[in-house]
Amino acid sequence: MADTAVAIDHESHADAHHGPTGILKYVWSTDHKIIAMQYLFTGMFMAVIGGFMAYVFRMQLAFPGISVPGYGQVSPGEYNSLITNHGSIMIFWVAMPVLIAAFGNFLIPLMIGADDMVFPRINRLSYQIFLLSALILLASLFVAGGGFGGAWTSYPPLSAVGEYNQTNIGATMWLIAVALEFVAFLLGGINFIVTLMNSRAPGMKAYDIPLTAWMIVLASVLFMLSVGPLIAGAAMLLFDQTLGTGFFDPARGGDPILWQHLFWFFGHPEVYVVLLPAIGFTIDITSTFARKKVFGYKIMLYTAVATAVLSFFVWAHHQFVAGIDPRMANVFTITTLLISVPVGELLFVMIATLYGGAIRLAVPMLWALSFIAEFLIGGVTGIFLGASGADIYFHDTYFVLAHFHYTFFPIAIIGTFAAFTYWFPKMFGKMLDERLGKIHFWGTIIPFNFIFIPLFMLGGIGQHRRIYNFEHFPELAEPWMYNLRAIATISLVIMLLFQLVFFLNVIKSWIGGEKAGNNPWKANTLEWSTVSPPPHGNWAPADLPKVYRGPYEYGHPDREEDYWPQNEPD
Amino acid sequence: MSHAKPIATLRSATGIPTGRLAIWWVLASEVVIFGGLIGSYLLHRLGHPEWADAAAVTNTTIGAINTFVLLTSSFTAVLAHQAAEKGDGKTAAKYLLFTIGGALTFVCIKSYEWWSEISHGYTIASHTFWSFYYTMAGLHALHVIAGAIIMGVVALDAYRGRELHRVELIGIYWHFVDVVWIFLFPLLYIAK
Repeated sequence: MADTAVAIDHESHADAHHGPTGILKYVWSTDHKIIAMQYLFTGMFMAVIGGFMAYVFRMQLAFPGISVPGYGQVSPGEYNSLITNHGSIMIFWVAMPVLIAAFGNFLIPLMIGADDMVFPRINRLSYQIFLLSALILLASLFVAGGGFGGAWTSYPPLSAVGEYNQTNIGATMWLIAVALEFVAFLLGGINFIVTLMNSRAPGMKAYDIPLTAWMIVLASVLFMLSVGPLIAGAAMLLFDQTLGTGFFDPARGGDPILWQHLFWFFGHPEVYVVLLPAIGFTIDITSTFARKKVFGYKIMLYTAVATAVLSFFVWAHHQFVAGIDPRMANVFTITTLLISVPVGELLFVMIATLYGGAIRLAVPMLWALSFIAEFLIGGVTGIFLGASGADIYFHDTYFVLAHFHYTFFPIAIIGTFAAFTYWFPKMFGKMLDERLGKIHFWGTIIPFNFIFIPLFMLGGIGQHRRIYNFEHFPELAEPWMYNLRAIATISLVIMLLFQLVFFLNVIKSWIGGEKAGNNPWKANTLEWSTVSPPPHGNWAPADLPKVYRGPYEYGHPDREEDYWPQNEPD
Repeated sequence: MSHAKPIATLRSATGIPTGRLAIWWVLASEVVIFGGLIGSYLLHRLGHPEWADAAAVTNTTIGAINTFVLLTSSFTAVLAHQAAEKGDGKTAAKYLLFTIGGALTFVCIKSYEWWSEISHGYTIASHTFWSFYYTMAGLHALHVIAGAIIMGVVALDAYRGRELHRVELIGIYWHFVDVVWIFLFPLLYIAK
């Protein structure tokens, strides 16, 4: 097998790479795996920046006025810019590119047995636009006035008027960067959707598609259908900033609440856009390491669709204090509480998959299990915020902040590490070190809880978000409150330091790790049937796989092996 | 650098050709963009009956002429598709050129219209009705221009007998641009 693969490799290189050589081969590649790597490494680089920003402003909050090591003193304007860009980066330049673009690009063609995406050059264009958006965002941090400081939700009139946000140029650059990022993901999303619909291996029916591929594509559809109004809104806000229009200015017949509707009509589905891929990774990993068929494949799929549909009808729960009609608030309370039913069901399916399985606690499985546990806390605390009565008290406190970090951290960070440690052998052909992996896992999960549980407590007593220095508010400056803030900040520093173990593990394993072989986890899906890392074209054109069964046939009673690959003839 | 199509592009599990499937998803994403803009405008307009005073100024005659021009250009796009179906790339290219001509006429008329309105003091910043007017029609005009450029590339290929299936795809896109205008015309011109 390995010998033929090497032969394929040479052959396909011969006819596919007439163009640039050397490093340019990777920059201008249209291969879906190379583009996935570009997204992955760009996303990780942005994650380091976003993490550093969190470190700087958390130091300021816990120890006001301190000269932060590696940064210096934080001014109020810089603080605003740091929190704004931390949020924007982590959602638009980390969660989206890594969860959807990197893993979607790498996994979708491999999982459905295709040699590439249907539109390889559009795929490359998507990454290049994304890279441009990242560069514009990073450049905006260095212009006169600094990076945008009007919060990642960018509510007008604060975001629309330079006199208010004090970051005239930064605000416009931020808006352009976000809009370009949307364009990149629309292009990528169309590619994902069409590839999954049209390019499946012969024999692969809709219910034979691995859930990871399904979830990434559902997320792409959800993104596409929710982001449009915000693209229109972004154009309107851009004109308010630069051309002097008054779309969101009540004095001129505009309406600032309109922005909130346009933003959250996208912003809430966006939570599920990033959640669904993480759910997909987790269920695939759970099934593989429990050596058990997914409990209710179709239930999982239909539930995910139901979640996606419902997510279009919950957005106004972000606006309960914005003066919306209380009757409307009741409707949105009901829809918001309703959506916890399908999301709960997704988690129950994972737990039911574990039941009676032969569980092996390898590193990817640890991440998958911790996803279930930690996301559950995020979901349950969301109930308080979805109910309009409770939300009026909790609104814009650290309770909200802790809640959404308990959802986004499991999604973007735990989900990524689960997927990365699971597919690393396929991506790089080497096994990761299990011991370093476990040190990194516990060094991330334990401090994570020590960051955000104190913030839940502070939010419960009414500590408001987006405040530069709590010393200015005597009722929020009690010593015990500062102790909680210090616990959160020190835990963050510890968690960030443990990420060095991860990078060490990746470098060490990449260079000197044990060879992975084709299928180190003994999994069924098609990506494990080719060599690791897969050559250009994934399989030899004559060897493209055919599919005979579903992706989760573990522990079949008639077979000696406890797994049954999708491409193995009966 | 050669761009041999991957096997993935040639597969069709749904039975719909890949390009056509993709163009419908492009339109889906466009529908929500224009939908967001039109929806915002409608809500504002319903809440501000006095905007009718500003709307009274728009030139319905010019709008109607432009509607006629755009609809006609869609008709020649259909003729181009028919020719391409028969494998007649040269005729398809000829009809696509007519459509591009329609697009250019539309843009020229629009420029004249905007020039006369701006010179009378109705600018994008003078009133929120005008802000919507220029933003919505401007976004639509950008689509017209982009469509005309892409159509030029498709026509050149079609003339050489290559990629004839793309004639249909650009036609689908062009009909969409048309349909958006059919919404904008009554909303911005007829509703006084």
